[in-house]
Amino acid sequence: MEFVLNQPPGTDDRKRRPRSSSATRDGPQPGWADGLRKLYNSVLHEPLPDSFDDLLKKLDRADDDRP
Amino acid sequence: MTIVRDPREAGRDRHQDRDPDQDEAFKRDLLSALPHLRAFARGLCGRPDFADDLVQETAIKAWAARDRFTPDTSMRAWTFTILRNHYLSELRRSRRQVDYDPEAVERLLTMKADQEEPLHLADMDRALQKISPERREALLLVGASGFTYEEAAQISECALGTMKSRVARARAELSALLDPEAATIDVPRG
Repeated sequence: MEFVLNQPPGTDDRKRRPRSSSATRDGPQPGWADGLRKLYNSVLHEPLPDSFDDLLKKLDRADDDRP
Repeated sequence: MTIVRDPREAGRDRHQDRDPDQDEAFKRDLLSALPHLRAFARGLCGRPDFADDLVQETAIKAWAARDRFTPDTSMRAWTFTILRNHYLSELRRSRRQVDYDPEAVERLLTMKADQEEPLHLADMDRALQKISPERREALLLVGASGFTYEEAAQISECALGTMKSRVARARAELSALLDPEAATIDVPRG
């Protein structure tokens, strides 16, 4: 298993243009398409759970663990 | 030939020359990507606890490998790649996908979703978990995360045509599952 950590080319946020939510180049979207986005957004807009409070400490500790 | 690379090993000794401001900027970008990573991971695996584990482990891997990130490019695309590779690795290692509990997801969605739509979102989530991981990932990247086909193909490390095909097939499958009357393919609801 390879962890590909190199930057994928062409994924620069500065070049990203906002996309409309439903009218895409693929034409009409099925009725569930908005449901998929709502499902995704329901998690996106959740506050981070408490388990993430220590993440910054874990990141610092990852550095400290190096010999 | 693929190589398992331990990010801690990869990052050893190489971060000593980094500018602290650069690290802080990286950390800010990484933290701002966390909500997106959570949404992507939840869609991929369907389990909130597993998804959050994946996100935290992804953040730690990304931090350890921060030398490889090109500043001013998409942190989201970069970390999504790490997360999906980590997820697939976990699937192979522990077969955690069998732990998916649709009833638990439904209870959670019923509690947290908009009052008028809890069942709809639960149906959506159930259907999403029924399609193959590759198609699920493709649909999440293009249909929910807002990546272009090209970006999604790079994140998933596949050809552009493969990505388009996965998205099309995922859409057809979901249509059959969620709107069987309108779909041309007859897939019984499970």
